[in-house]
Amino acid sequence: MFKITTTPIEHSNEALKLEEPMAGGLVYFEGRVRNHNDGHSVQSLEYQCYESMAKQVGDNIIKDALSLFEIHNAHCLHRHGHLKIGDVAVWVGVCSSHRKEAFLACQYIIDKVKSLVPIWKKEHYVNGPAKWVACHNCGQHLHA
Amino acid sequence: MKIKVKYFAAMREASGVNEEVINSNAINPLELYKELKEKYPLFLDEKHLKVALNEQYVSFSHPLDDLDTVVFIPPVAGG
Repeated sequence: MFKITTTPIEHSNEALKLEEPMAGGLVYFEGRVRNHNDGHSVQSLEYQCYESMAKQVGDNIIKDALSLFEIHNAHCLHRHGHLKIGDVAVWVGVCSSHRKEAFLACQYIIDKVKSLVPIWKKEHYVNGPAKWVACHNCGQHLHA
Repeated sequence: MKIKVKYFAAMREASGVNEEVINSNAINPLELYKELKEKYPLFLDEKHLKVALNEQYVSFSHPLDDLDTVVFIPPVAGG
């Protein structure tokens, strides 16, 4: 399941949805708003999304992960709106019988979400005008 | 032919509108985009964009139909 939300993401609430007796390996990823990017001090991030399409694209990413990896379940949530430093912008959780497939699937999901889901972010800087981030290859980068 | 065009992020700011209905004879998104770029010169070059037709990614040469919804997708930046 992929969900777009305007409310704060609570790890404990989401993690509960992945608990099941078959799950021996659970992997979670949180992408948080950080206070710097490319040498600039960042004050906040404003996310905008094409919500109806984002939901479809995100659901397809989860479906693909469930068929490509030996996992039992996977969830992803992405927030939109104006977020402050430290807020969770994206959350991914995967459960599997063993850790390897859970790690691989989690990496797959976050990479695909960052490269395909129609979500944009505007960085608001401590000094200087706000700017839309144009990251063409986010899925290949290591930043959150 | 009437095409609904929705704008997001930098393109929303460059156009000043969230969406609009365009009367166009464009046969595909590439032709439509060229028309829009004349109207909004600040729009990115199309090589930086993807295009969604009725909420599905398609190629810039995909045929357009009356009442389609088109979104030119600037580089996404989720996460």
